[in-house]
Amino acid sequence: MKLITSLRSLASTLLHRAHVEREMDEELRSHLRERAEDLERRGLSRAEAERRARIEFGGYQKFKEQCREALGTHFLDTMLQDLRYGLRMLRKSPGFTAVAILTLALGIGANTAIFSVVNGVLLNPLPYPEPDQLVTVCNGTASSLETWLAYPDFLDMVRDNHSFSSLAAYESLVSANLLGQGEAERVSVTEVSSNFFSTLGVSPILGRNLSSAENQLNGPPAVMLSGGFWKRKFGGSPGIVGKAIDLDGTDYTVVGVLPENFYFCCENISFRLSDVYIPIGADKNPWMQDRKYHPGIYAVGRLKPDITVAEARADMDGMAHNLAVAYPATDSENSIRVTPVKEEMVQNIRPFLLVLLAAVGFVLLIACVNIANLLLARSAGRAREFGIRAALGASQGRIIRQLLAESVLLAMAGGVLGLLLASWGTRAALAVLPSTLPRANDVHVDLSVLIFTLAVSLLAGVLFGLAPALKTSQPDLHETLKEGGRGGSGARYRTQGAFVVVEMALTVVLLVGAGLSIRTLVGLWSASPGFDPHHVLSFNVGFPPAIAGGDATEIRASFRQLTERIAAVPGVQSVSLTNAAFPMGDRYNLKFWIDGQPKPATDSGMPTSLWYLVGPEYLKVMKIPLVQGRFLTAQDDANAPGVCVIDEDFARQHFGKQDPIGKRVHFDLVYQQLEIVGVVGHIKQYGLDENLAHTRAQAQFYASALQLPDDLTKAFVPFTGYLIRTQGSAEAFAGSIREALRGFNSKAVMFHTETMDNVIARSLAARRFAMILLAVFAVLALALSSIGIYGVISYVAGQRRNEIGIRITLGAQRSDILKIILGHGARLSLVGVAVGLVAAAGLTRLMKTILFGVNATDPLTFAVVVMVLTVVALVACYIPARRAMKVDPLVALKYE
Amino acid sequence: MPGAHGQAQILPGTLDLLILKAVSLGPLHGYGVLLRIEQISGRALLIEQGALYPALFRLVRQGLLKASWGTSDNNRRAKFYELTAAGRRRLREEEAGWNRLVAAIASALGAQPEET
Repeated sequence: MKLITSLRSLASTLLHRAHVEREMDEELRSHLRERAEDLERRGLSRAEAERRARIEFGGYQKFKEQCREALGTHFLDTMLQDLRYGLRMLRKSPGFTAVAILTLALGIGANTAIFSVVNGVLLNPLPYPEPDQLVTVCNGTASSLETWLAYPDFLDMVRDNHSFSSLAAYESLVSANLLGQGEAERVSVTEVSSNFFSTLGVSPILGRNLSSAENQLNGPPAVMLSGGFWKRKFGGSPGIVGKAIDLDGTDYTVVGVLPENFYFCCENISFRLSDVYIPIGADKNPWMQDRKYHPGIYAVGRLKPDITVAEARADMDGMAHNLAVAYPATDSENSIRVTPVKEEMVQNIRPFLLVLLAAVGFVLLIACVNIANLLLARSAGRAREFGIRAALGASQGRIIRQLLAESVLLAMAGGVLGLLLASWGTRAALAVLPSTLPRANDVHVDLSVLIFTLAVSLLAGVLFGLAPALKTSQPDLHETLKEGGRGGSGARYRTQGAFVVVEMALTVVLLVGAGLSIRTLVGLWSASPGFDPHHVLSFNVGFPPAIAGGDATEIRASFRQLTERIAAVPGVQSVSLTNAAFPMGDRYNLKFWIDGQPKPATDSGMPTSLWYLVGPEYLKVMKIPLVQGRFLTAQDDANAPGVCVIDEDFARQHFGKQDPIGKRVHFDLVYQQLEIVGVVGHIKQYGLDENLAHTRAQAQFYASALQLPDDLTKAFVPFTGYLIRTQGSAEAFAGSIREALRGFNSKAVMFHTETMDNVIARSLAARRFAMILLAVFAVLALALSSIGIYGVISYVAGQRRNEIGIRITLGAQRSDILKIILGHGARLSLVGVAVGLVAAAGLTRLMKTILFGVNATDPLTFAVVVMVLTVVALVACYIPARRAMKVDPLVALKYE
Repeated sequence: MPGAHGQAQILPGTLDLLILKAVSLGPLHGYGVLLRIEQISGRALLIEQGALYPALFRLVRQGLLKASWGTSDNNRRAKFYELTAAGRRRLREEEAGWNRLVAAIASALGAQPEET
């Protein structure tokens, strides 16, 4: 009731504002007139009566203002008034306004950009219906990094689980030769179960999903095309459905086409999207059915609507237990991990983004402090203006609101410009680093970003506006008006000094953060991966069915021929085939036991080793040092006794001080036994930042690709790769290698061509991304805070002109003046640096997860930051100090 | 401003009560309210005249008073205030509350030290 009345009153006053204002005036004036007439009747002169009436009435404007307030028009009215006035004031000092808006635009823009990434990657739901129900299901075996599942285990889960409304399987990216559609082309293939897309909630735009009949051994070969591939290869023709395409010599019927914007990427599946999808159940690989030695699949499930992740985990724990009981030989060690899909997608990038968000927040804080300083300096000049307003009856609150209106206006202008900068900058940044960031497609300016920017701008406006407003709004009326505008008191210097300290401290934190991440990256770059990645090119070869379908002897012959052809390319120094594990790429482990020791009873009792299948030149190509014995040679072929070469870690872990040469090792399921003939250096399989404490499968061994058992030789053909060491830039060789390959067989396809330098760069991309941004923010912070301290010292020096003039007149040396001003700045910056060091020591702990090989309190970084910042601050102070030194006492005193 | 000639500064919050009382005796314009308060209080209360108007506007907004333009005794256009039903109710409540307060304070001030 009351609300409605007051709303109505507000509405009518807004509508008739002018009218109301007139009536208010009329009412108040008629009071004055009647009072004056009364007094006149009591015998006062007319003039005296009017004067008395006005005195008795009290502050006319003040009460009128209170009336407006009582009417409820006040807030909106004064706000508009404040904004108009603020606009006028800002227009009057365009230089100040431009600097402030630009500073803010940088600060807010950087925040908006980082937030739009955080929003897109971490906050927004995944683009699937009910995305929170989606989880990945994987193996959580304690002793190994590998998280894939055996297909039969997966089928058991599908049958026995109580948690999922649907559970789908997919296999990591493989590839196949696409024939009969122009030039032979390698297409990427993902094997999926028939319910994969329906589990995600994605429907084909054309045709249908794979059927369960197709998802079986010997089912009719069927394929779904990705939208992009369909457009590129078939011109988006709807007639493709029902037609057949030839993949590795088999005709697959196209049953459906996926939407172009479909994507699915998890930690363990490549970000590259597949061109085509074929049913996993039709995979003829016999090991698909093996629980122990399986190619590994991944699973994604949709939880039943009333099931939580925790319940699903409990269910899967039971499942793991049942599997362990049923298949003790293979599953005893397994546990099953259930992770929300989104978690899985972003877990690696999250710490980077949060650190960046914090850093960019600091930059904005520094920008705010700078502008607060500017405002404060400016407000000193406006002290008289506010003194007059206060004398005329403006309350303190009114003046604060007025000043805040100005600063919020500034912030909003900065916000708009910042938003433009951010949307442009984010797009540019993402174009440069497309593969670094998961969910990069989801990054754009949306409503939440707009709201964020608005909130940040408002907050910034209030933040930098409040302190100066509070300071300005309590002028000592008497002093201000008397002193003729020569405002400025010790208290004001103190506030500005505090600002400088805050700024310096924030800058220290940012510089230390950037310094630590630079140290991390420089350390990683200069760390040896265990091989020499320069001038090395890697690529895979897709062999046509005529070769891949041959027997093992023919396949080995083809390997040798191709190796010779590649070696003959001018500029190629050495070449080696590579299969199974690949440095910083695929991992392939074998379990083993050493000859002479009893075979462990269970799988979990067996150690594992990374398994590299290579050619004799491998060591030369990679420049891995030979420590002992010899490496594999061309003579170690299918007819020779099986040999292997182990790395130093293998030797240390399993032979200790014993000489490993001549010892024999049984490799479970693959090799009866291999004799160790050499020891080589260890390579960093898991990337330059591999953490030895976290990975147990560190032992590495090399076996000759030519000594692989026949059945495996055939099975491994699709994964065959080559590594070459080149003279000069490796990148330039892609063309001539392709040429050589064509000469070898016109249907063979070269794919995944990449320099090893690039492989390493890719493994550090996220860190580099974070480091570059942190460094940019730190430099920005340094620039802003040196401008800040420069501004304050200039201001203080200007205010002290008088004093300086007097000092010089009284005989002070110029150098004394320099010392005074410089000393002031130095004191401030030293306090700031000290505070910042303490803060940095506390805060950089939070970025531990993104540091590597450097302590969060690295003394070198801290020392360098202190030096850099102190020098920059002193230079910034020196300029105004020099100017102060040159003050002409006559001019300075006359100015008074 | 200290009270002169035995006048007392009105207590904060009591201006509204006085206005309601004054208007309850018949519609009044602003200056009239002042005169009426002076009259009924026997000129014992000192009011800052301008402060009357924000209070009047506030009471109108609260729905306790109703304002309308009319003609004053000396034939001038003036804004007249009268009590609404809500205003009358409020006046009764405030009067009762005030009387209780006054009685309580009077009895407190009139207390004699207890005999020991």
